[in-house]
Amino acid sequence: MRHFLLKLLKTKPRPSAKFIDMAETAALLARGTEKPSRPAFLNRLRNGDEVAHLITLIFAAAILLIAGLLVLELFRSSVEARHKFGWAFLFTRKWDPVAGQFGALPFIYGTVVTSAVALLISVPLGLGAAIFLSELAPPRISDALTFIIELLAAVPSVIYGLLAVFALVPLLRDPVQPFLQRYLGFLPFFPGPSYGVGFLAAGVILAIMVVPFIISISRESLLAVPNEQREAALAVGATRWESTWQVVVPYARLGIIGSVFLALARALGETMAVTMVIGNTPQIVTSLFATGYTIPAVIANEFTEATGDLHLSALVELGLVLFLLTIIINGFARLMVLATTRRGTAHP
Amino acid sequence: MTLQRWRNIINALMFGLTAACALATVCVLFWILGFLIWNGGKSLNPAFFTQLPKPPGETGGGMANAIVGSAQIVLIASLIGIPIGFLGGIYLAEFGMGAFPFVVRYTADLLNGVPSIVMGLFAYSIVVRPMHQFSALAGGVALSVILIPTTIRTTEQFLRAVPQTLREGALALGASKWKAIVTVVVPAAMRGVATGMILGVARIAGESAPLLFTSFGNQYWSSSLGQPTASLPVMIFTYAISPYADWHREAWAAGLVLLAVMLLLNISARLVLSPGVPRH
Repeated sequence: MRHFLLKLLKTKPRPSAKFIDMAETAALLARGTEKPSRPAFLNRLRNGDEVAHLITLIFAAAILLIAGLLVLELFRSSVEARHKFGWAFLFTRKWDPVAGQFGALPFIYGTVVTSAVALLISVPLGLGAAIFLSELAPPRISDALTFIIELLAAVPSVIYGLLAVFALVPLLRDPVQPFLQRYLGFLPFFPGPSYGVGFLAAGVILAIMVVPFIISISRESLLAVPNEQREAALAVGATRWESTWQVVVPYARLGIIGSVFLALARALGETMAVTMVIGNTPQIVTSLFATGYTIPAVIANEFTEATGDLHLSALVELGLVLFLLTIIINGFARLMVLATTRRGTAHP
Repeated sequence: MTLQRWRNIINALMFGLTAACALATVCVLFWILGFLIWNGGKSLNPAFFTQLPKPPGETGGGMANAIVGSAQIVLIASLIGIPIGFLGGIYLAEFGMGAFPFVVRYTADLLNGVPSIVMGLFAYSIVVRPMHQFSALAGGVALSVILIPTTIRTTEQFLRAVPQTLREGALALGASKWKAIVTVVVPAAMRGVATGMILGVARIAGESAPLLFTSFGNQYWSSSLGQPTASLPVMIFTYAISPYADWHREAWAAGLVLLAVMLLLNISARLVLSPGVPRH
């Protein structure tokens, strides 16, 4: 029996010419006899599959429509400012609504500086916590702490702003900034009076806000590292830290870098908390104690009080700059996270 | 031997540091909670839920209009955003093979990362400008644009988590594909999908940046959805940066209420509704 089956498998039945002829005549016969009742696609429609496919497709396509409209509207509403200032918009310092002079540089500078401060604080903190949660903590503790950290990510930004105004700023004004000035005053970042509000306050509150994102995504990338990697390192005599730092973390590096980029994109676009503590002064100074301004903050503050069409369109152009910046950074980040976890990239 | 000891010390030290990092981050939540309960608890009273805001200088008053306004705006956003996101998610999970669904998925992820204030600008130019009026409707549209990408992706993820054998079983019994989706796949994933939706709605309920110039604000009751409407997050912002101590107290109370709603939604969605569902 088995031999017979094997033989059957080996010898492919070659359709003979006669066989083909017969099949064709059979098909022709069938076509002739069958009543042309309804076309095939109607049959499928009756089952509803194609309808369901089409309807859900339309709703899925809605997201492309939204994205397209978003880009279109941002370009259309900023046309006046783009024509008047051209590329110089990005490199001019003067922002004077009364004189009709609009330059984005101070806002771009403020956005970049606050985000940089935020990353300087949040990356080591977040990576450390992620390593603890994935490598050292027992699963139950790790899950509980991760749950709390995910709750942190859900706290609305205006509440972070509230705390920044009434808790963080006084703290910075009195012990922290004078302390930094006394011991690190030789650096160019810490001269000047300490108001509390300014680049430093915005950077610190941003750091607190983006840390949960760094932790949860980095932790997932670390957990996705195969255990063989750890075991191999331990087997050749590495301590646990050496195995973690020299094997596991490099293995998960793309995901970790991705998480940092996602955090950066979030920090760049964060509005409320920053608006409440940045100090609202469009200036470019190296001191982190100084007050500044960011792109989202100026949109939030001036949009409803804009003095004219040019002012409005300049604000929308700032929004466009912010949009393009975050799209580029997010695009990279998503690809990197995708490359390591090989899963979906949405994190609710 | 000394090298071995040195390595062990480094090992303990570095892991100690990572534990400190984790502890510090977790403490932030308790710091927030403590501050809000302490300051908000002092100023929270029944009047907060029943009265209109008082002008500066007069003590008392509440934010009843902002609470109702927030509910209206979030309801509008959910009515627009959840059906689109849900059906789009079904498409991605059940019919989503090839280049087009990949583009949809990637676009959803990118939109998910777009700053909420940019979504506000978008809603301003498609709703407020044509209507010549700030309105609850515009705020709802702004928030729905934020809600759609999250809903679409979480729906897709939870539908994908349904075992393939369930689908095959339904098809083997003779169900058409859509019937299998409606009667088997979606009910199987419903808890997870609902969790995702609640988390999405919780997220937009706390948004304030896109509402600043779409629903704007209002010290009184708004008479219709076409009128400027107060919302809790925007009220917190305006009150916190005002120079009046009374308003600061109101802001703390509002912050406590908002945070309580937020934590309640999050915890109930994650723990009660779907304790076993994988979170991502």
